[in-house]
Amino acid sequence: MSPRTAKAIVNGLLFAGAAVAIAPLLYMVSVSFMTPGEASALPPPVLPGHPTLGNYRQLFMNAGMGRYLFNSLLISTAITLISLAFNLMAGYAFAKLEFTGRQRLFQVLLGALVIPAQVAMLPLFLLLKYMGLVNTYGAVIVPALATIFGIFLVRQYASGIPNDLLEAARIDGAGEFRIFATIVMPLLKPIMVTLAIFTFLAAWNDFMWPLIALTGQEHYTLPIALASLSREHVQDSELMMAGSVVTILPVLVLFLALQRYYLEGLLLGSVKG
Amino acid sequence: MTASRAAWVFVTPALVILGLFFLLPVIAALVLSLTDYDLYALADIRNLRFVALENYWTLLHRPLFWSALGHTAYFVVVGVPLSMAASLGAAMLLNSPLARFRAFFRTALFAPVVTTVVAVAVIWRYLFNTQYGLVNYVLDRMGLGHVDWLGDPHWAMPTIILFAVWKNFGYNMIIFMAGLQAIPGDLYEAARIDGASPFAQFRHITLQMLKPTMTMVSILTVSGYFQLFAEPYVMTEGGPLQSTTSVLYLMYEEGFKWWNLGSASAVAFILFVIMFAVTATMLRLSKRGEPA
Repeated sequence: MSPRTAKAIVNGLLFAGAAVAIAPLLYMVSVSFMTPGEASALPPPVLPGHPTLGNYRQLFMNAGMGRYLFNSLLISTAITLISLAFNLMAGYAFAKLEFTGRQRLFQVLLGALVIPAQVAMLPLFLLLKYMGLVNTYGAVIVPALATIFGIFLVRQYASGIPNDLLEAARIDGAGEFRIFATIVMPLLKPIMVTLAIFTFLAAWNDFMWPLIALTGQEHYTLPIALASLSREHVQDSELMMAGSVVTILPVLVLFLALQRYYLEGLLLGSVKG
Repeated sequence: MTASRAAWVFVTPALVILGLFFLLPVIAALVLSLTDYDLYALADIRNLRFVALENYWTLLHRPLFWSALGHTAYFVVVGVPLSMAASLGAAMLLNSPLARFRAFFRTALFAPVVTTVVAVAVIWRYLFNTQYGLVNYVLDRMGLGHVDWLGDPHWAMPTIILFAVWKNFGYNMIIFMAGLQAIPGDLYEAARIDGASPFAQFRHITLQMLKPTMTMVSILTVSGYFQLFAEPYVMTEGGPLQSTTSVLYLMYEEGFKWWNLGSASAVAFILFVIMFAVTATMLRLSKRGEPA
């Protein structure tokens, strides 16, 4: 095989793969601008005949999409900010601070990594119900405020901080909190960005737990609202596509803007054992 | 304040959250699975009875439980190898010295991973619609005939598998790419000089050197695929004829539709035990191949 043929095959396959990966997303955008009923014609139209924003208007005016978008933003942001703080503190302590039981506690956490989250869901629902949190933002936010994966990721990264640096600060009389805030946090900035994107995307895309914990529409996140809308509007493809665009676009844009951090974090979290 | 006192202040918030909202519920799930917690107990806790292993016993006699287990196994056994093959293939293409526009192709191939399952499931449901879906239209034009993708019990699970592979392969692709980049080029160089065919190089160098990555990726993918839920919830509602009812779908319906929380906990625990056994076996098998 000549090098030119080989090159054509490799790039051709890559192009085909990329097309399969993003074509459904592009098609979603296209259908979202079609007029009601247009997408159910044969042959299926590829581009809208008369592009319209009507579907988006209907979603936000009649279907409460603005509310769901707000809920998703609120829940995901709250989870990201608070869990970032909790995971950073814990991860740093597990990496750099001596305390009795540190080793054993960390072992317990690592062991718990094999337990699928769904095992906890039924009692968690009851617990939150007795706490009066079911069908509040808190029901989705509070259980997500710390993750073993996040603590693990931060610990990996923080163990690279030289002990001498921390010792020197202690000798100079700095307290532990001051050391954390002024020396450790700036050093952890890259992992903070990575963990923040991971957390935000996971919170935004989460489906099963919010489906269980949010029983009333007023607190629905976008995925839950979309699933419920799609059961009512099975035939309204154009409207549902617009809903999908609203649901996917924010996370896709976030990923595109910060993909370097996201992909690095993916490797950091998985390759090193 | 001493360093150890400070350390406790640092770890306490995270440990309280994890302990109260994860570890405690896991233990409670085990206890719950031994009770008949249902709608009556939900209304008044005094109606709660301890039933020992009765929930488990009943489940083992329910055809729906076994078929849910079968569907989940089907999804894992077919979906995981397909998904890994797609990931490895894409990673090797991207890693090829002949590849151009690498950053663009990588981003495009990865894009489905960051999308929301529910939203893309809505798109796929439209694409695979029996009457006006693009996929059937193309098949028709090619003279291959119609397939009732999500409406035929034989086709619904394969369609969901295709969807899951499309959605997830980019994740493992990134990990495989890192693994491929760690393989020294000299190895291929030496193999070429010895006259090894590309296929022999792939088998003896690429696959051999990727083994640790492969083990990790396969274990993560298997445990991820055992947790099948959102796809059938949105695309098929577990149907047609319950052909896409997974174990977690059964747990959800049992727990939050019929409010049999005791029985649903038993379902969750059986799934956990199976996942644990399968991944532990995979780990052991992969270690046996290595020199001690």
